[in-house]
Amino acid sequence: MTISQTRNVGLPLMKLVRWKGVPILQQLHLEEQLLRTSSENWCIINDGTNDPTIVMGISGKPAQLLKLDSVLNDRIPVIRRYTGGGTVVVDCGTVFVTFICNKDAVPGLQPYPQPIMSWSSLLYALVFRGFGDFSLRENDYVFGNHKFGGNAQSITKNRWIHHTSFLWDYEARNMAYLKLPARAPEYRVARDHLEFICRMKDYMPRSVFVDRTIKAVETYFSVRPVQLEAMETNLNSKFSHSTKLLTEQELEAAAFESHFEKGLSHSL
Amino acid sequence: MVLVWRKNLRTCRLFFVRPKCADSCYFASDSHEWVKIDGNSAIVGITDHAQDHLGDVVYVELPEAGAAVTQGSSFGAVESVKATSDINSPVSGKVVEVNEELNSSPGLVNVSPHENGWIIKVEMSDTGDLNSLMDSEQYTKFCEEEDAKH
Repeated sequence: MTISQTRNVGLPLMKLVRWKGVPILQQLHLEEQLLRTSSENWCIINDGTNDPTIVMGISGKPAQLLKLDSVLNDRIPVIRRYTGGGTVVVDCGTVFVTFICNKDAVPGLQPYPQPIMSWSSLLYALVFRGFGDFSLRENDYVFGNHKFGGNAQSITKNRWIHHTSFLWDYEARNMAYLKLPARAPEYRVARDHLEFICRMKDYMPRSVFVDRTIKAVETYFSVRPVQLEAMETNLNSKFSHSTKLLTEQELEAAAFESHFEKGLSHSL
Repeated sequence: MVLVWRKNLRTCRLFFVRPKCADSCYFASDSHEWVKIDGNSAIVGITDHAQDHLGDVVYVELPEAGAAVTQGSSFGAVESVKATSDINSPVSGKVVEVNEELNSSPGLVNVSPHENGWIIKVEMSDTGDLNSLMDSEQYTKFCEEEDAKH
């Protein structure tokens, strides 16, 4: 037995899926299904998604969060996902890392939002050691006081998911689709998007990030890579996802309602 | 909050008193919901222990009235900042009423988890479901032991 094999003895198994450019809707659908129907631990790394897409949290309201005229004009897809948290614009410059775990997979970890968030920051501290002033700040991953990673979670009776969208790079024009959110972390201090976020590519190469992430996961789990095709055949095609792509009609209705309310408030 | 006059020190001090579910409550320890019998209905909510660990609740996903619920299975969710957490029913039956107040005031789950923060009322299909739940004393002890482990 090699030294690394010896180290892995006793660690829980985690299956690793590595994708490149898979559509974010497909990723979210798979995650939700694995959370609800699998009994195994999973890590999914999706290196970029194919088209720019807006992804809101479970309670996201398009009229409050998005500049809908631009979104509709540019035909940007809008998704409402199954996890909590805020709104992101994702594209080929976004790297996604997801952990789906049984509640006892990490010894001593209570399956609640803050303990899971803290544990994730310990894992990523290993990833970013030596590459920047990394920390977890009010649920965001930051270098200094600039956000580069947004987190969200979903917790069921016996399992949890923690997923992150990392801004390896982004298009400034895409950030313009987002309004300043009403609910924002205190450290944001009313900065607009471009002053608040930073690009990971200014700190570390993309392939180094993915490799170091897998290495960090190996300190907690015995990692086994699996192929996407093999997984898809085992999934139940009847599973009902709560993650939804909003229709053009829904976005137009939200835009209309927003204009109507604005008109009403001006006339009062 | 409770204001207490300390006669020997001639001072007042404010104490935070944790909300307590009535002794007639039952508890699902594996997912931290409570249930209280009210006439023909069972009122369901999440416990003070749960809301304390979840953080500020910003949204509650409610079922429709008329929906079926199954003991131990999810019927809705609460969102707290970055996380959604399933709410599981401690009893089986049919939802007869949901707490619509939570649509505009989800924080009721935090400030009054056992009273105004109730989530659904259920017409129970089997009162025997209560036999598998904990009473108040057992649940309190369970939570203390769980917190002590971490």
